[in-house]
Amino acid sequence: MKIGVITFPGTLDDTDAQRAARYVDAEAVALWHADADLHGVDAVIVPGGFSYGDYLRAGAIARFAPVMRSVVEAAGKGMPVLGICNGFQILCEAGLLPGAMLRNAGLHFVCRDQWLRVENNTTAWSSRYEQGAEIIVPVKNMDGRYTASQATLDELEGEGRVVFRYVGVNPNGSCNDIAGITSANGRIVGLMPHPEHAIDALTGPSDDGLGMFYSALDAVVTA
Amino acid sequence: MTSTQVHIDTVARAEASPDQPQPYRELGLKDDEYQKIREILGRRPTEAELAMYSVMWSEHCSYKSSKVHFRHFKENTTEEMRSKMLAGIGENAGVVDIGDGWAVTFKVESHNHPSYVEPYQGAATGVGGIVRDIMAMGARPLAVLDPLRFGPADAPDTRRVLPGIVAGVGGYGNCLGLPNIGGEVVFDESYAGNPLVNAACVGAMRVEDLHLAHASGTGNKVILFGARTGLDGIGGVSVLASETFSGEEGGTGRKKLPAVQVGDPFTEKVLIECCLELFGERIVVGIQDLGGAGLSCATSELASAGDGGMRVWLERVPLRAEGMTPAEVLSSESQERMCAVVRPEDVPAFMRVCQKWDVIATEIGEVTDGDHLVITWHDEVVVDVPPRTVAHEGPEYHRPIARPADQDALQADVPDSLPRPSTPDELRETILRMIASPNLASRKWVTDQYDRYVRGGTVLAQPSDSGMIRIDEETGRGVALATDCNGRFCKLDPYTGAQLALAEAYRNVAVSGATPLAVSDCLNFGSPEDPAVMWQFEQAIRGIAEGCRELGIPVTGGNVSFYNQTGTTAILPTPVIAVLGVIDDVRRRIPTGIGAEAGETLLLLGETRDEFGGSEWANVVHGHLGGLPPKVDLAREKLLADVLLAGSRDGMVSAAHDLSDGGLAQALVEACLLGETGARVFVDGDPFVQLFSESAGRVLVAVPRTEELRFTDMCTARGLPWSKVGVVDPESESLEIQDVATIGLAELRTAWEGTLPALFD
Repeated sequence: MKIGVITFPGTLDDTDAQRAARYVDAEAVALWHADADLHGVDAVIVPGGFSYGDYLRAGAIARFAPVMRSVVEAAGKGMPVLGICNGFQILCEAGLLPGAMLRNAGLHFVCRDQWLRVENNTTAWSSRYEQGAEIIVPVKNMDGRYTASQATLDELEGEGRVVFRYVGVNPNGSCNDIAGITSANGRIVGLMPHPEHAIDALTGPSDDGLGMFYSALDAVVTA
Repeated sequence: MTSTQVHIDTVARAEASPDQPQPYRELGLKDDEYQKIREILGRRPTEAELAMYSVMWSEHCSYKSSKVHFRHFKENTTEEMRSKMLAGIGENAGVVDIGDGWAVTFKVESHNHPSYVEPYQGAATGVGGIVRDIMAMGARPLAVLDPLRFGPADAPDTRRVLPGIVAGVGGYGNCLGLPNIGGEVVFDESYAGNPLVNAACVGAMRVEDLHLAHASGTGNKVILFGARTGLDGIGGVSVLASETFSGEEGGTGRKKLPAVQVGDPFTEKVLIECCLELFGERIVVGIQDLGGAGLSCATSELASAGDGGMRVWLERVPLRAEGMTPAEVLSSESQERMCAVVRPEDVPAFMRVCQKWDVIATEIGEVTDGDHLVITWHDEVVVDVPPRTVAHEGPEYHRPIARPADQDALQADVPDSLPRPSTPDELRETILRMIASPNLASRKWVTDQYDRYVRGGTVLAQPSDSGMIRIDEETGRGVALATDCNGRFCKLDPYTGAQLALAEAYRNVAVSGATPLAVSDCLNFGSPEDPAVMWQFEQAIRGIAEGCRELGIPVTGGNVSFYNQTGTTAILPTPVIAVLGVIDDVRRRIPTGIGAEAGETLLLLGETRDEFGGSEWANVVHGHLGGLPPKVDLAREKLLADVLLAGSRDGMVSAAHDLSDGGLAQALVEACLLGETGARVFVDGDPFVQLFSESAGRVLVAVPRTEELRFTDMCTARGLPWSKVGVVDPESESLEIQDVATIGLAELRTAWEGTLPALFD
């Protein structure tokens, strides 16, 4: 099992996503933005950070990187893809997931340990969780306020495509308290919180994030 | 454009026009300093040379007022203390050996004045600069900490300055991908017109990868890489520009840009990764970051620390503004630039790595066998100087020193007669008022704007007493870092105050379970031209140096920031001390919050005396500053650290929290709120003194009931005073202080966490 982790200029949480892959005994493969070759990986993580400085709009430039063409193509064939934070923004910009992220409601960068509820445990990245389970994972971003048209929100809610929802505090003013969503086929998931920072209670608030990476192992094996 | 080049001041012109008046005073040089430059060169300096000397001989770069006092550090560093140091004072940052083949480098720097002018960019570039200092040692930067000081929390200007500075620290550090693991936020009237923005960074490397800023090896190439050079951050040298360009403003596409530099953390992140790949390829002979004084500093320091000779073709420097003069190119403080010395055969490999990261790299010069730094601009010599005279042999002043006339009166104004709370109601009210006061309230509003998780190595971060990061994922080896200073104590007695700052940072590292190893400092003071300020400075330096000797840990480097004053009044003397500690396995770190194990016993280590001089209680309740600060006992601090280390090693301590500002009451409230658990506490003697005294050398520890006897026996055997002050009570939702007050955790949390959001949201 190989999990690819993309590095763009300005990506920050790539080594953390690689570590998370290793924690579930997958082989972590570093993918470079300028290289369209996915090197035979079984799943891809688009990690957090500030790709290209987020100077135009978060994720807006990264979607044009050669590696993203290959990711879009592989995703079309059902490869599990996880976008975390800036990676979620990139997947939205690339058209793999609907909606967009606005600046946090409080206009500050927010870093906190955040409770989430698992709303859909049938995706490639959430099958290891109990439906309705509450997990604690760090959230840290400046532009994390998920937004979409009412029609899109209705569609996501109607089809059960909200995977994770903020519980207690909504840290950024996200529509419907949405923390993460999935594609229609449940193979692509994007979320603002950082499961790769919740893999060990030594360095995070919990190890609740590991479930996402274990889920991907299952998704690849059973595919 | 060509019209500007006609005006270029060359060495030939300087020789031909010895009497041409030069604006050296506007550049901050004194008459005798200018005369000395003329003597060194045997002629008048060119504009570019004048720009170089003026910035490099500034207080900030040359340490001309402070240098003579550094001998205290030297005289107090024993061979044994030196043995763990791989690089010390004078290098970009100090380096210590932490074992297992790892070297750790750390430093604190000030960016005070730029942050007052332009809070966001001033703070942001402060972070950027310290990170490049760490990179220049060959290390990967791993974490940052930011000690910040502001005017009164409710002052209108603090509302302007604080949010910008916090956003700047976060905006830069978060985007750079470095966890922010600690620091301070302090409010005091004296910082109203002069906030202090200090930035600390810690990095690690394998011992054999240490890089020093030396340009050696004739024929080696000098490569400038990173961002382009622009007109930002030129500061004082703009005096020259306006001379040269009088009447031409706007005619050449030049823009007046702020003297404060503008940061681009994305470029810095890419520069970090590019540098580390270059280090990994082992193709860097010497490296220097471009910070204050830009290329002037980098070229003269590299040449001065190397063989002495360097030739630079200045017109090769990639620019982002049109019509810049050589003086401006040399003085620009444009951010995110580094300068490397590379063997000619390695240049292609160097360029390949830079290309991979889309980093602009330009060969701008080479090391020569001469002893002069020669800089040309389109084939005309604009600088021809012995580099040591620029970088290392600047002026040195013995400033007059005088104990302030009012120091005796200040110390005589003891707080003993201030009315104290005595009834349970008064004590309860005092506890709630104290924990909600700006200097004691939760810093969450600030620190939640900083990413503390990135890189996945953060084991402890604010509000823990020290930040801790894992360095080696295999062995778990890591470091802890804490920064501290109580400027009020330093005002009352700068020698003792500086030692108290040292003791507190040392203790904060020890309570995390780490062993204190080395010190860096950031000495923030008023004007060195004021003999009273120089007295404070000299006292503080001696306090630190002699204190370090007693603790057996060396000062590895630091920074001096003078001229910090609000109007004509100097800030509180603020020698911020950073202590670095090592821990062989971060899994045995000691957390701050209590209640990890049911039924823990709460012990107070150390002795509580009636000490309220400079205390936060005197400040909050009476607006009083006078008397003497608490006594400092460094032997006791060492013993405390040893006991905590043994307790951590043997699993006898489940939580520990340092007692400092606000005393035992503050420590209890924080330990309960962070551990989300209640406690029952009993105090012997005068409850006010027990709860609010700020006696040094004390720590609140929680020990599992099964370990209580073993732990207290050890304390007794080693001669460390201890007393049992309570038990953790996971069932109770309150802090119960017997015969004083019972306060619910929710009420405590509202008081503690509500203050900063109410002021700044």
